[in-house]
Amino acid sequence: MENLKNKEQMDIVIVGHVDHGKSTVIGRLMADTGSLPEGKLEQVKAQCKQNAKPFEYAFLLDALKNEQSQGITIDTARCFFQTDKRYYIIYDAPGHIEFLKNMVTGAAQTEAALLVIDADEGIQENSLRHGYLLSLLGIKQISVLVNKMDLVDNSKQVFDNIVSEYTEFLESLSVFPDAFIPIIARDGVNIATRSSAMSWYQGPTVLEQVDLFTKKALDIESPFRMPVQDVYKFTEGNDDRRIVAGTIESGTITAGDKVKFSPSGKESTIAKIESFPEKDIVSIGAGQNAGFTFNPQIYIKSGELMVKVGEKMPRIASRFKANLFWMGHAPMIQGKRYKMKLGSNRIPVELAAVHSVLDASELSSVNDKHQLDRHDIGECEIETLRPAVFDLVSENEKMARFVIVDDYEIAGCGVILTEESIDTSLLEKRVKEREFNWDVGAISRDLRIAGYGHAGKFIVFNVKEDDNRSNLIDEAKSLAKTLERRLFSAGKHTYYLSISNIFDDLSIDNQNSASTLSREEHLLQLGKIARIMTESGLLFITVLPDADDSDLEKLRILNVPNELFIINIGFSNDEERKGIIIDSSLTEEKAIQIITKKLNTENIIPEYVI
Amino acid sequence: MDAIEQIEAKSIHILRESYRDFKSLCMLWSIGKDSTVLLWLARKAFYGHVPFPLVHVDTSYKVPEMIVYRDNLAREWNLNMVVGQNTKAIAEGNTYPAGKCDRISCCKNLKSEALKHTLSGEWTRQRMNHSTGEYDEDTNREPYTGVIVGVRADEEGSRSKERYFSPRDKENDWDVDDQPPEIWRYYKTDFAPGTHVRVHPLLDWTELNIWEYIEREQIPTIPPYFDQGKGKRYRSLGCFPCTNPVDSKATSVAEIIDELKSGKFANIAERSGRAQDKEDGGGLETLRRGGYM
Repeated sequence: MENLKNKEQMDIVIVGHVDHGKSTVIGRLMADTGSLPEGKLEQVKAQCKQNAKPFEYAFLLDALKNEQSQGITIDTARCFFQTDKRYYIIYDAPGHIEFLKNMVTGAAQTEAALLVIDADEGIQENSLRHGYLLSLLGIKQISVLVNKMDLVDNSKQVFDNIVSEYTEFLESLSVFPDAFIPIIARDGVNIATRSSAMSWYQGPTVLEQVDLFTKKALDIESPFRMPVQDVYKFTEGNDDRRIVAGTIESGTITAGDKVKFSPSGKESTIAKIESFPEKDIVSIGAGQNAGFTFNPQIYIKSGELMVKVGEKMPRIASRFKANLFWMGHAPMIQGKRYKMKLGSNRIPVELAAVHSVLDASELSSVNDKHQLDRHDIGECEIETLRPAVFDLVSENEKMARFVIVDDYEIAGCGVILTEESIDTSLLEKRVKEREFNWDVGAISRDLRIAGYGHAGKFIVFNVKEDDNRSNLIDEAKSLAKTLERRLFSAGKHTYYLSISNIFDDLSIDNQNSASTLSREEHLLQLGKIARIMTESGLLFITVLPDADDSDLEKLRILNVPNELFIINIGFSNDEERKGIIIDSSLTEEKAIQIITKKLNTENIIPEYVI
Repeated sequence: MDAIEQIEAKSIHILRESYRDFKSLCMLWSIGKDSTVLLWLARKAFYGHVPFPLVHVDTSYKVPEMIVYRDNLAREWNLNMVVGQNTKAIAEGNTYPAGKCDRISCCKNLKSEALKHTLSGEWTRQRMNHSTGEYDEDTNREPYTGVIVGVRADEEGSRSKERYFSPRDKENDWDVDDQPPEIWRYYKTDFAPGTHVRVHPLLDWTELNIWEYIEREQIPTIPPYFDQGKGKRYRSLGCFPCTNPVDSKATSVAEIIDELKSGKFANIAERSGRAQDKEDGGGLETLRRGGYM
């Protein structure tokens, strides 16, 4: 008996138009390879008897009651079968258009596909749509099964016509089918065994073809890429490790290698590749779950991409062109904020433009659409509200894949084709419009400055994340309030606002999934509030936990035409930061001196004397 | 990476994803071989820690060795062990063994109902106190919004259609007709208030994979899985009144693996010893829609 360790496992999917015979093919594959559990066959046969209908192989898969009553596969079912060469998981994907998202779910887990076409009905809408989606999902190995050949008298002519027509279509998507196989699934013809009925066919049977699929090698050749899934600090049992964890998408890495995190740009060196139960691991690569500790210690969050210094860097951009399949009930529209999952990052995005949409019933492109409706496949532009890190699909397809979440549901999936530059971001455009339309009061900005003796300013205390962050935030708040008091005593107009007063929680620093959009929302609100407060002439002070460059830039834009002044707390002096850095070891009095001196020299409050 | 390493990697990725996204997360531990493999995977994923509670629904009819094994491992691995029970149904004898209801209703009372109210926090939870080794009433009554479960797709039809991340509504109902898409490594981790998500990291595993992994990783098992000299062993462990042993002389993990690969069980469904599955046309599906695992 062969050892499982030496026998591969492969996931394949079976797709095609409704009623073209997918479930029957799987039923046959399982039966003909002796992969059916006895219990299952008996159970289905008994149920058929009970319901007085003849047994069909397709029923094996339709194990759920409601599915049988509808007579169509509504959801992807996993079935297991094996050949001498491999263990297979075959996903039975539904062929009905209502269940395209289920088809995509099944197909996205796999690396090869069987696509079934009814010889009598020929190529149908979903034969085309499924072909397109397989290509979008990155499945390159496709074999086409031309089923129900008995209905066309086993005609080679009919078969050849389907071969040439469908090949032409697939090639237009740069998909090159491995084989076309004429079959009669119900009778098992050309599934596991040949039949004299189609002696003109000399190619492989379905079972032979499945074993001919090649297993995709893990991508250890591409540059190292690991989306940071989480950072663990479990203190139980005096464990003081801070472990950066994730699943490696490509490349390999070795203890001692220098790495970089993107988009933050932070760098460090791998101290150790962690494991449980503990082993000595020198290097680790694509496909594996990894965990690293670093020296020097660094503070990063989930969502960053870990790459190797010296290798090709990923792209960082705020706009890209993508192929996108939309499966949401509500259309994807412009001007609405969605959450994108890209690698381990969750980023607010907007649909910036729709270039073309495929019409699968006509197999032509529509160019005048401005939104993506359910089941549309389109080429469009996405603008991200925070910088996105990726490779193009032509460079490293795993790093080009994303999904779009609408409300609570994954509603779209896509691959990034090209990086696009932007002159003016959507946010800047909106702010420009806002300023253009701003209805100004009776007191002009200059008049107010003259009256108050200083301009309005947005003063942000940006507190770095680390293990003692809650202490650091309290210290920063205390410092901010002291500054408010000093400024007020010196006759300045000032106001301190704690963001916890306006938002339910401090989720502005929380990267977890549910808060991606609310965090973005909070930033936008804060920026708008700052615009009003600074315009009214106030030195408006707040404390933000761990705002990155992109957050601060957003606040700067939103606070236009007034200025932003950033005071960084908890950062070391050699870190490159906008604004000034206050060493957290300083006394409060010393810190206030530095801040007010800076406010003086920058001419923010010209006549201010401590 | 071989086949086992591949499915292991996917399971660990899913465990980490659930830990990242669900604030109130727990893992169900039925003390059987599958959920024990799951527990082992969690220790691997989190480097020796299990950063969420293990919830066991105790029907009071479990094979006694299971409870001893549970508490021993909980102490040894320092697990946050939580136990729930339908004490009312047991006290009133609303069970199949006590003769007041059929097997399906018994499963519903002692498993589905107990689970539902234990997860929601409506019923008392008992938590192991590691300083005394005893169970005390759990002060945490927060509902769990993420529940990790060790079901496998090859077990029976309804489980073959499960998602890795599978939403349940307020009534614990499973909407089989409208399941969320799962694409590449992206799963449904956003959910509406009041609903919860069941996480199934073991969907791709077969019974054979489970035993091969137990062998490879040297995961501790319990005696009822092996022949104790009577030529019988349990293939699947549940409540003793409804679980029948199978004829087998396998006394070690290696022998079980041989039996599954080439021997007499190669083509017999694992749950064939579970009586409740046979009560109506799709007993387990009926139970699962109502929240059964």
